[in-house]
Amino acid sequence: MVTRNFGAPIRRNEDSRLLSGQALFVDDVELPGMLYAAFLRSNVAHAVIRSIDVSAARARGGVVAVYTAADLGDYWAPGPLLVPPPPIPGITFNQRTQVPLAKHKVRHVGEPLVVVLAQSRYLAEDALADIAVELDPLPAVTDLEQALSDASARVHDDVHGNVAARVRQSRGSYAAARAAADHVISRRFRYDHGASSPIETRGIVASWDARADQLTVWDTTQAPVFLRNGLAAMLGLSERQVRAIAPFVGGGFGPKIMLFYPEEVVVPWAAKKLNRPVKWIEDRLEHFFATTQERGQTHDAEIALTRDGRILGIRDVFLHDTGAYNPYGLTVPINSQCTLLGPYVVPSYDSTFTAVFTNKPIVTPYRGAGRQHGVFVVERLIDIAAHDLKLDRAEIRRRNFIPPDAFPYNNEIIYQDFAPLSYDSGNYGPILDKALEMIGYEHFLKEEQPHLRAQGHHVGVGLACYVEGTGIGPYEGAKVQVQANGKVSVATGIGTQGQGHFTSFAQIVADQLGVDVRDIDVVTGDTDQFYWGAGTFASRGAVVAGNAVNEAAKVVRRKILKLAAEHFECAEDDLEIAEGAVSVVGVPGQAIKLGALALKANPMRGAVRPGTEPGLESTQYFGPPGGATASGAHAMIVEVDPQTFMVKLRKYVIVHDCGTVINPLILSGQIHGGVAQGIGNAFYEQLVFDEDGQLLNASLADYLLPTALEVPHMEVAHTETPSPLNPLGIKGAGEAGAIPVGPAFAQAVEDALGLPDRGIELNEIPLSPNRLFELAGKLR
Amino acid sequence: MHTETHAITVTVNGTPYRRSVEARTLLSDFLRHDLLLAGTHIGCEHGVCGACTVIFDGLAVRSCLMFAAQADGHSIVTVEGLAADRHHLHPLQQAMRDCHGLQCGYCTPGILMTMKAFLDETPAPDEARIREALSGNLCRCTGYQHIVDAVKLAADRMRG
Ligand code: FES
Ligand code: FES
Repeated sequence: MVTRNFGAPIRRNEDSRLLSGQALFVDDVELPGMLYAAFLRSNVAHAVIRSIDVSAARARGGVVAVYTAADLGDYWAPGPLLVPPPPIPGITFNQRTQVPLAKHKVRHVGEPLVVVLAQSRYLAEDALADIAVELDPLPAVTDLEQALSDASARVHDDVHGNVAARVRQSRGSYAAARAAADHVISRRFRYDHGASSPIETRGIVASWDARADQLTVWDTTQAPVFLRNGLAAMLGLSERQVRAIAPFVGGGFGPKIMLFYPEEVVVPWAAKKLNRPVKWIEDRLEHFFATTQERGQTHDAEIALTRDGRILGIRDVFLHDTGAYNPYGLTVPINSQCTLLGPYVVPSYDSTFTAVFTNKPIVTPYRGAGRQHGVFVVERLIDIAAHDLKLDRAEIRRRNFIPPDAFPYNNEIIYQDFAPLSYDSGNYGPILDKALEMIGYEHFLKEEQPHLRAQGHHVGVGLACYVEGTGIGPYEGAKVQVQANGKVSVATGIGTQGQGHFTSFAQIVADQLGVDVRDIDVVTGDTDQFYWGAGTFASRGAVVAGNAVNEAAKVVRRKILKLAAEHFECAEDDLEIAEGAVSVVGVPGQAIKLGALALKANPMRGAVRPGTEPGLESTQYFGPPGGATASGAHAMIVEVDPQTFMVKLRKYVIVHDCGTVINPLILSGQIHGGVAQGIGNAFYEQLVFDEDGQLLNASLADYLLPTALEVPHMEVAHTETPSPLNPLGIKGAGEAGAIPVGPAFAQAVEDALGLPDRGIELNEIPLSPNRLFELAGKLR
Repeated sequence: MHTETHAITVTVNGTPYRRSVEARTLLSDFLRHDLLLAGTHIGCEHGVCGACTVIFDGLAVRSCLMFAAQADGHSIVTVEGLAADRHHLHPLQQAMRDCHGLQCGYCTPGILMTMKAFLDETPAPDEARIREALSGNLCRCTGYQHIVDAVKLAADRMRG
């Protein structure tokens, strides 16, 4: 096999369609007779529902139907638990999942109460104003610590202390480590993570075909196969009667993996009941309440070290805000718990978290999925230790890295995929060294910084290291098929939201089958094209589906060679596949195009041997034995304006190791985008709730996303430690960029303002200019 | 509710359309759902994200902040009008592809239209000017770097 495509910065197949406005997104689906759904949502965070009167709305012209929870009858049921709690001894878990339309109580602002179906979106929204709802407000549960007290109101009446879950995991004896330590540091850290805010909001179109007994759903989901299976079960259909299509999706970042959102339950049901297509497109205001988000954790963490900066143990007790329901189980806090260990040897670890129900929108994974929180805690603890022990920030990290010969490295706790947290491979020292070199660390500290300071510039450097568990199971599959026109089609069950799968999967196949990347047509996210799969989450698309694609392509390659050998009456070893044809090496003119061979593989007449499979195709599945651990380091140089506390990123470097790289262009795009989200997170993205559970900044004018002016030019470099867990050696890269920005930012700003020497620490994220002003005070 | 309608004539991508529209119909909805030019995207409907940007009499405007009725007698270019078809891309589109300036592609039509109007006025921009011109369009996927590269490359190619 001549490798030409794998590893090359190939331009994307999907782009010309996207660039010319020809790509189909959910809101572009137009069907005859379509109705438009609008949802009336609670405007208070916590209340008992007294009454709902929809009679005036029903009477409005253009309105076809109005439904409340009562109208759903037996169809009304709480949603599924997507991820059950991992098998950790002694765990507490109270499952309370979201409902399609609120029945007795509302538990967060934006929870849907009523759906209106009308001839246009304008009319449907008009009719919302006709609905009279009587709510008896209850005290809103918003503060995590207060939520746990006996005196607190309860989000779910039968859940005492609003405890959604409590989990303790440990290794070794922290008490012994503490007793043996030369130095112990304990601090409180707060880390807030906001809304994923894809530029395309969520949406769904459902169409029931009564003649075919078939439901078709277009949905902005990251998991079309699960959506199909769940809808079939809810509607009493077999899976074959439901086709779920995730067409082009305008960014996902996690919350689009969540299901079933209330709208996904109600819209298909209404389409079937009314026998008319129904469309619902979330508006940006709704997005802030109706789409899941991440939010804050509060950590009380302690680190025990030797005098020379070696970590002996870490203890952490943290609270996690899970919002009003917990359909995604424990994924986010478990990720925080596990990722805190980072690339370091931590001989003893004792971590306990309590997930708390609050009257706020639901929390499910958003790019990074809790990993940021853990990385912030450990990186900040190490920074404080470096300052206390008078060690260099890079050196203390280096001293604690897991050595390259210690892999696979078992951390002896359970990860989100239920397997022990084990790192497959890694080599952390060279990553940090490269990042230091690229940022010019020594030079900056010794020369640039003193020089610029002398000129009155408040400049500082920050660095952070991290690992990221990626590419977890269970499995994905792919079907590769040579078409009669010589093109190759590839179908897989995952959805895609901009990760370039149309191209990276084509690159894998191109190398196996000797076909131009542009002649490979990848279909993702259509359950009629590929039946099985799990979805796009946890940086797993390229790893798990990519390897399934590779396996299928390998089988097709064998079939091609076998059939061509019969055709030419030669040995398979005498054949080569290139440029869309198979030819006999050294015999000019002896060649057959793949399309012609595909036709031969599907004879119209004559006998074939029993057991023969028609066509040049194969469907294969891949399930990794465990997650592949990617790693990296970020470093930045910042300048802080001492008057306004605006922070300018003067330089930003990333060194990343995600195993072998399919397409460096796509990879750097993933990293850039992740860093941009990390910058938003570190600097100013925060969902601000008041004590009544009202979100105070629910618009893009108030919840600020980074623009081209805030995101700096980034330099990306790679090291390559292939994963031994899959034949291609890939590790995931989707989330890495977003993970370590917070601690590097806090450290750089501290350094710029000389805060450590003034006894001021930045132990929280985000750090907006306002907040920095409060924390750092006026500079002398 | 009394719904007032207006008869309008608007030229989109060179084609004149006569339609009757409700007074409250947004220009973005009119383009997408009445004319079925769905390449213009909607991200916020409150004028912040820029996904809905079209070129209106030569200026980049946000179609979610205008009513269709206001387009009466005017001329609009949308992303569908940038190139003849998807196999013959405009230099800006081609540069976006060459530089990997898009991921999910949802923000892309708005960015193309904003940058088209910008390059028409500023044929030789430096990076700072590009970033400033781009700062009214939100992209959640790319971190902007490859878009900036693409605009630079397109400007170079368009100057020849
Ligand atoms: S949709 Fe018009 S600016 Fe966002
Ligand atoms: S490419 Fe996805 S929002 Fe810009």
